Amino acid sequence: MGELAAEKHVRYILSIEKKKDSFESVVMEHLRMNGAYWGLTALDLLGKLDTLDVDEVVSWIMSCQHESGGFGGNVGHDPHILYTLSAVQVLALFNKLDVIDVDKVTNYIVSLQNEDGSFSGDIWGEVDTRFSYIAICCLSILHRLDRINVEKAVKYIISCKNMDGGFGCTPGGESHAGQIFCCVGALALTGSLDLVDKDLLGWWLCERQVKSGGLNGRPEKLPDVCYSWWVLSSLIMIDRVHWISKEKLIKFILDCQDTENGGISDRPDDAVDVFHTYFGVAGLSLLEYPGLKPIDPAYALPVDVVNRIFFSK
Amino acid sequence: MAEKSEVEEDDRVPLRLRPEWSDVTPIPQDDGPNPVVPINYSEEFSEVMDYFRAVYFANELSSRALSLTAEAITLNAGNYTVWHFRRLLLESLKVDLHEEREFVERMAISISKNYQLWHHRRWVAEKLGLEARNDELEFTKKILSIDAKHYHAWSHRKWVLQTLGGWENELTYCCELLEEDIFNNSAWNQRYFVITRSPFLGGLKAMRESEVLYTVEAIISYPENESSWRYLRGLFKDETTLYVNDTRVSSVCLKILKTKSNYLFALSTLLDLICLGYQPSEDFRHAIEALRTSDFDKQDPDIARTICSILEHVDPIRVNYWVWRKTRLPQLA
Ligand SMILES: [Zn+2]
Repeated sequence: MGELAAEKHVRYILSIEKKKDSFESVVMEHLRMNGAYWGLTALDLLGKLDTLDVDEVVSWIMSCQHESGGFGGNVGHDPHILYTLSAVQVLALFNKLDVIDVDKVTNYIVSLQNEDGSFSGDIWGEVDTRFSYIAICCLSILHRLDRINVEKAVKYIISCKNMDGGFGCTPGGESHAGQIFCCVGALALTGSLDLVDKDLLGWWLCERQVKSGGLNGRPEKLPDVCYSWWVLSSLIMIDRVHWISKEKLIKFILDCQDTENGGISDRPDDAVDVFHTYFGVAGLSLLEYPGLKPIDPAYALPVDVVNRIFFSK
Repeated sequence: MAEKSEVEEDDRVPLRLRPEWSDVTPIPQDDGPNPVVPINYSEEFSEVMDYFRAVYFANELSSRALSLTAEAITLNAGNYTVWHFRRLLLESLKVDLHEEREFVERMAISISKNYQLWHHRRWVAEKLGLEARNDELEFTKKILSIDAKHYHAWSHRKWVLQTLGGWENELTYCCELLEEDIFNNSAWNQRYFVITRSPFLGGLKAMRESEVLYTVEAIISYPENESSWRYLRGLFKDETTLYVNDTRVSSVCLKILKTKSNYLFALSTLLDLICLGYQPSEDFRHAIEALRTSDFDKQDPDIARTICSILEHVDPIRVNYWVWRKTRLPQLA
């Protein structure tokens, strides 16, 4: 089995700027905040976050904040809950949460909760269990979970539970590993994991491992490195991760590396991108791969960062 | 209204050379000094976004701004702000939303996996109300004919059924899709959605008989199909006793086990049944016995333990799961 090309991945993440006119660059502009979270969290897990100028990152993040309290994907863009969580997570990485007006950010998120307990992504009202997770994760990091109706939020998530034990984006929606991560994560952060049918869901999740060792997100779909995060973190949160073959999954992720130029792709021999590089490194971290900082499966932040948020006050 | 969204690459005139844009000063993206994740934009895309920022910050509610949002979306559909502004423009310019639906349809050819596109489509359908029903069902059908597991299309379709109706032919539609691909988990999920939620079918209890027959047949043709087995279990949701006592469930397991091929789900279902109180007959014991090969551990009087041992052997990637199941078996009397 190959090894993690850690140095090369660090160089890849730091050098994304040099790829002129790449498709990836063009489509990234509006979600630069997410890109920052993926790249910087991966760097932190690889132990190389200190190579960056903290003040520059922080001042850019703050320039993406909207007067409503939410953050946009880039300077001058409309706020969305997706970017707001990324902004808060990156500030947490740098131990800079004190630069934000917590109540302002909190008010923005609180305003997105609907009557049925669900959350919209922005003022336009798209509803999805992804946004429930994001709201709960964000408020938990800010110590403001008490500002939303947690009971209703949990109730909505449970209404998206399917007969296979998994969760979909809205009630009746097909179980999907990405949505399962969001729902299980939100339930974990609100202390509601007793509402998950752990054995049934655990079996569905471990059925996602295919012969190559990779994990898919739904039955009969191709394996993909990003699912190593969503499936794996869910299995850890419900305490069933030993049901899959860790060795085979590690091998699958390592097979997706570009060992020459760094970066990780969705499947072996595909083109790398920062999204899958982050999910590959984060997956390996969950699998306790040597040399990586451990990551928290619910907050999707390094464990030392989470500990700092909750135990250093 | 003529949209410039579909201008061919070669024919595209840069905005700075178009007379109708000569009065606008483009505003470049402010990435701050030495950006964290610096982005390099294609020249064309940069130009469109620079003009977009100019009209957006000036809150210019004009038809040229609407055309510009179409160009921006064509170049990069992921930008929430552009979609937001487009909706503001559609509202303030009182654009005929039937045309907007056509725009979405053209865009869906290339960016059908884009969240904003579907949210936008829903916004339009919501505005049009009941009259949108058939078109929305047709639209999702078209997308599903290209990718039958398209998550966004299925979500939209469920929303249409629940909000605007149109349940009448949905079970037939599920049958058609499953006939094309019996492994299509999305179609199985939709089928469950229909039988449990359609106002015309009477609910799960009323549908159980016919659905069990349908599912058993599907299982017999492809016993390796995870989706059909899970569906069968779902038909007995909260009805454990019915599940254990329904002879069609145990019979289909036995039938598959006797073929000695693709029996993993049959075996695990039998294990579930036994754990729920089912007493397997001699026929089952013979069938299980026939699956044992010499390299398994020695004969075990406990059929459930034997089943776990076989599963550990035939499904090695999940060996720990089957070992765990072995520790949770009902005690022999
Ligand atoms: Zn992926």
